Amino acid sequence: MVAESLAWAIFLMPLLSFLLISLVIRPFLNRIPQLSGYLLIAALVVALVLSVLVLVRSNEGADLAFPAHTWLDLGDAAIQIGLLLDPVTCIMVVVVTGVSLLVQIYSLGYMKDDPGISRYFAYMSLFTASMLGLVLSANIVQLYAFWELVGLSSYLLIGFWHDRPSAAAAAKKAFIITRIGDVGFLLAIIYLFYHGPQFAAQGLNPLHIPDIWQAAQPLATGGAVLGGTALTLVCLGIFAGAAGKSGQFPLHSWLPDAMEGPTPVSALIHAATMVAAGVFLVARFFPLFQEARDAMMVVALVGGFTAFAAATLGLVMDDIKRVMAYSTISQLGYMMAALGLGAFGPALFHLFTHAFFKALLFLGAGSVNHAAGTFNMRYMGGLRRQMPWTYALLLVGGLSLVGIVPLAGFWSKDEIITAAWLGEGPVDPRVALAVFVLLVAAALLTAFYTFRMIFLTFHGDFRGGGARELQDAEAEGIPAPTAVTDEVHLAESPRVMVAPMLVLAIAAALAGYLANPQWVKELLGIPGHWFSYYVESALTYGHAETAPFNWPVAVISTVVALAGIGLAWLVYAQRRPSADTGEVLETARSPETDETQGSADETAHGHEHAALAPLRSEPLAKAGPVHTLLYRKYFIDELYEGLVVKHVFYRYFAGLTDWLDRNLVDGIVDLSAWLTRQIGRLVAQLQTGQVQFYGAVIVMGAVLILVGYLAFGAGIGE
Amino acid sequence: MTFPGLLTLTVFLPALAALAILVFVRGDRMVRGFALAVGLADLLLSVAVFLALDRGEGAARFQLVDRITWISAETLNASYFLGVDGLSAPMVLLTGLLGFCAIIASWSIRERVREYFIWLLLLQKAVMGVFTSLDFLLFFLFWELELLPMYMLIANWGTGRKTYSAMKFLIFTILGSAFMLVAIVAVAASQAAVSFDMTLLLEPGSMLNGASAALPLSLLFWLFFAAFAVKLPTWPVHTWLPDAHTDAPTAASVMLAGVMLKMGGYGLLRVNVGMFPGEVTAFAWLLILLGVISVLYGAVVTIRQTDLKRLIAYSSVSHMGLVLVGIGSVGAAAGQVTGAGLNGAALQLFTHGTITGLLFVGVGLIYEKAHTRYIPDLGGLAARMPVAAAALAIAGFASLGLPGLSGFVSEILVFFGAFRAFPIMTILSVLGIILAAGYILWMLERSLFGPQRERFADLTDASPLEAVPLALLVASIILVGIYPAFLTEVFDTAITRMVDVINVQATGLAGVR
Amino acid sequence: MSLESMLIVAAILFAIGLYGALARSNVIAVLMSIEIMFNAVNLTVVAFARYVAPLALREEIGSVLTGQVFAIFVITVAAAEIALGLGIVFAMYRNTESVTLTEASQLRH
Repeated sequence: MVAESLAWAIFLMPLLSFLLISLVIRPFLNRIPQLSGYLLIAALVVALVLSVLVLVRSNEGADLAFPAHTWLDLGDAAIQIGLLLDPVTCIMVVVVTGVSLLVQIYSLGYMKDDPGISRYFAYMSLFTASMLGLVLSANIVQLYAFWELVGLSSYLLIGFWHDRPSAAAAAKKAFIITRIGDVGFLLAIIYLFYHGPQFAAQGLNPLHIPDIWQAAQPLATGGAVLGGTALTLVCLGIFAGAAGKSGQFPLHSWLPDAMEGPTPVSALIHAATMVAAGVFLVARFFPLFQEARDAMMVVALVGGFTAFAAATLGLVMDDIKRVMAYSTISQLGYMMAALGLGAFGPALFHLFTHAFFKALLFLGAGSVNHAAGTFNMRYMGGLRRQMPWTYALLLVGGLSLVGIVPLAGFWSKDEIITAAWLGEGPVDPRVALAVFVLLVAAALLTAFYTFRMIFLTFHGDFRGGGARELQDAEAEGIPAPTAVTDEVHLAESPRVMVAPMLVLAIAAALAGYLANPQWVKELLGIPGHWFSYYVESALTYGHAETAPFNWPVAVISTVVALAGIGLAWLVYAQRRPSADTGEVLETARSPETDETQGSADETAHGHEHAALAPLRSEPLAKAGPVHTLLYRKYFIDELYEGLVVKHVFYRYFAGLTDWLDRNLVDGIVDLSAWLTRQIGRLVAQLQTGQVQFYGAVIVMGAVLILVGYLAFGAGIGE
Repeated sequence: MTFPGLLTLTVFLPALAALAILVFVRGDRMVRGFALAVGLADLLLSVAVFLALDRGEGAARFQLVDRITWISAETLNASYFLGVDGLSAPMVLLTGLLGFCAIIASWSIRERVREYFIWLLLLQKAVMGVFTSLDFLLFFLFWELELLPMYMLIANWGTGRKTYSAMKFLIFTILGSAFMLVAIVAVAASQAAVSFDMTLLLEPGSMLNGASAALPLSLLFWLFFAAFAVKLPTWPVHTWLPDAHTDAPTAASVMLAGVMLKMGGYGLLRVNVGMFPGEVTAFAWLLILLGVISVLYGAVVTIRQTDLKRLIAYSSVSHMGLVLVGIGSVGAAAGQVTGAGLNGAALQLFTHGTITGLLFVGVGLIYEKAHTRYIPDLGGLAARMPVAAAALAIAGFASLGLPGLSGFVSEILVFFGAFRAFPIMTILSVLGIILAAGYILWMLERSLFGPQRERFADLTDASPLEAVPLALLVASIILVGIYPAFLTEVFDTAITRMVDVINVQATGLAGVR
Repeated sequence: MSLESMLIVAAILFAIGLYGALARSNVIAVLMSIEIMFNAVNLTVVAFARYVAPLALREEIGSVLTGQVFAIFVITVAAAEIALGLGIVFAMYRNTESVTLTEASQLRH
């Protein structure tokens, strides 16, 4: 038995750290650098130990159900707060505290010289606390509250360098786009509350998550408390929230921009934990989704489509973090697709492994940035000689992402593709087949863009880094790109940064064995298939079973992945920079890329970079319009921001309303005031000041009354 | 006749202080210090009133009653009658809190300081009186009394087109209260024993029923509504608010948005919901329609604003629309009305008061130091004024309904309640929170973030005294956000009775039919 | 002498006074015209008192002088009014050196 207070302490430790940093350290002890970081790390160590303890106790079958506490009680509108420590939560708390701990250690090095380091760790504490609160919530309103709070922390951390306009804009964009999804989630909550009387008739609470699960299940006497269209609507609302947070199409466009935040933030929030909250949310309400097949189909198709579309965008990005961001969206699409196909265990397993390898990849990108001073891969190259550790660790992460045996990503991704292949879930087999095709295609693209990234960054020769990028920008007269410095010092990152990456790499390599391999029956006391069995035991209602290892699928996905790597090698590693002369550059340059790529003028700078390899043109640019389409992200940003928000909404709709408000609504007010004044002015004309005129008017009035009386008033007074 | 005196002291302390400033206190510094001490004392008194309210089961509805017969002519039973219940006690607390903050926010006033503080204190007294009086005649007196100080504050210490705005405010409100005066006279004349006692009308099966009314009940309902709608304000009688806010000095904006708009909401809940249970259920669809229009229209217009104060003023129109949406929850099926929506509406009054108060205090600080409120001219202030920026950001997030801050609680209660009655309307009003995120974040991005500007290089952050109202309001916003029960359990004691009256009325009518 | 003839004389007097009050521009003349109207009213009041007062009442208390008393009141008030009026005229003449009524419209503003 674990005391309830211990479970609460997991959430309270980072919260305490947040309060201490923001109320004590930042105002009074700001001169001691990194104190806040050490405080948060200490808090997270405690939280991690408690989380592992809870996980172990939960795995042993301990009863971790605690009664809820009343937060707000207004007759029927009673909102409670409580802990829901089911296996999904137990896994999530370990992932969140673990990855957060590693990222904070890394941040000690990465953020060492930043003047806002206390603020940074305060926000990070707030984020970790909110994320833990989110996964621990037993009440849907409580869940929503923390859901919004992680959104807030994400906003604060994306905009951490708030004096960069692009960072401030990206933070705003992230918050607003996720909020569009959150409205769906909120409406689902309101709709659940609306059904309160039906819930109450069965002795259920419409806001208590286990009660909601139960309400979706068919009753012995007939239909469910919550069934049919109502259930589908609730599920779609919840999925809207999840899609916003997890960057699923069409609410994905904030996530690449979110890379404006510090790299450890991207690793923790926009790769490992917060963006996975959407997947967690759908998993949390999986018993509902299972009963709503239409909603499941939507989840599967959106997930599959996102997995593929985001991967295509990852092919052409220059910014290493943006490649990873699209990769994250794509991998989250895999998880969503898995949930939609009914593959509950595989989705969470992929969430679990993805947290490690994607955090590793981001931290690696940060390490590269530390050396090269830029995130633009066109100005990198050849870093493997100076940064052997980073290279090796990134290679592990990349292979795990691509899904190469025997790294963790292989096992989890394979389970998802198997589920799509078998199509035994609740959705139509044709849908499952479509999702299967999308996912396999996405796997090919994943392998390609991952190794494009690795080849561009680590292979070939160094192409000048941030210093050269700034020079080129100056030469072309475009404003200097943000987040680029001219401090290029090609060397391995400090140990405090490499060590967390090493731990993550070990996890990314070995986490797969927690799950499925048939031939590992017992490892460190962990039985084979442990993860799936354990996670699926969370489903008190409904049922999900992970399909066994499937050889044909494994072969297909491995072949596809290797093909992708091979293609990337052919395109990017094959051509030696020395053979890559100016002529090649000229021929490779298509009209579109001149604008979009902003290719550097080699001849002008050739002598300055005599020691450096020339910039390479993008081989994919030969694809012309297709490349432009991808490079401009299918023009979705232009559609959303340029057309819908800026023009249709802001300029025309809001402008018209504002104009009407000033001229029509307020105009009527001013008009009535003006009319009153005019009438007054007119009547004032009668006020001549001539006493005799007044007298004459009085007399005329008297005569009129008299005449009127004589003519018509015969009967008056009788 | 009872007279414990606590409420009388709370209401009249600011007036006495104003008199004292007029007669005794000399010197600007002395006046300021004296006003500050009085503001603090009144804050403590209002806290005492809030705490003294017995929330237990079976406690009398109106407590701390001060009652003296005033005019006992047979035809005009008016009395000096103060008292608080669960609905008004938090409002008294809000007034005390914001009054104190407004006094500190007036620290930089340099012209005619004595006069300024006299008006400010009189204003506080009038608003306190509105929230505590239980006699219609007294209610009306306080209601009108508040106009003069506010007119003077805007017209004399304002900026921009200040006399225009002050006059607009005055005319709008007087027009509304003219309707209310007619209604009050008609109500008083309606009963067997002519009286202005409000408490009699709040009981189920009150004397105010169709048979004994001097005017049709629905007409009385709309006459009262006209006065409160102007004050709230709701679309389409909101246009005085942006002008008045924009041109008012900081403290007047704080009082205007923080407590005076709440008089409208309070009146709606006290009179329109409390005394006209039949009419409010019958017209609930119209109330919620006006509410939804206010929410969306206000939000859309807010997005276009470039003046910080004007932006907040329009956002107030949007947020006060939620009060009407919450009141619309009484349109649920007969006998099925629950307290969630009304509690949300009442809580929205309090939360919006603190949030907007904080927004105006923060914007006032920025305007005072940066000398501009034009958003495109601002930017990069977060680095120069971290305390003020943090307070403004917290207020902004509370305003857009972030959980953990107070705005969320009232919003979700409003939505919970209203959805039972009018689902489509409620969904439309929920969309307002996306727009709220849009304009609040746009405002924060453009004014606080972005590159630092040369001409703001020597801006100073809030001084310790200036930080006091920021800290107080931030603390109250967070407290209500994390532990709303301390307010809602008070509101609920009054709301429960209103809901009972409505349900009894509805089922009674159904029985007759 | 019948009541009618008395009333006709009073009406003619009143009309003459009214015309003078409205049409003459000299303030003195206007004041005189107003006096004429007063006297027309006095004549009416006395005439009604003489002819219309109830007979029964007269038999009981001898004679009824209500109308005459009214007339005396009016004469007194008229005298006071003339005094006041002439005072204003003097003040006006001192300021503007004119007694023309059309020029006296300062109070309009």
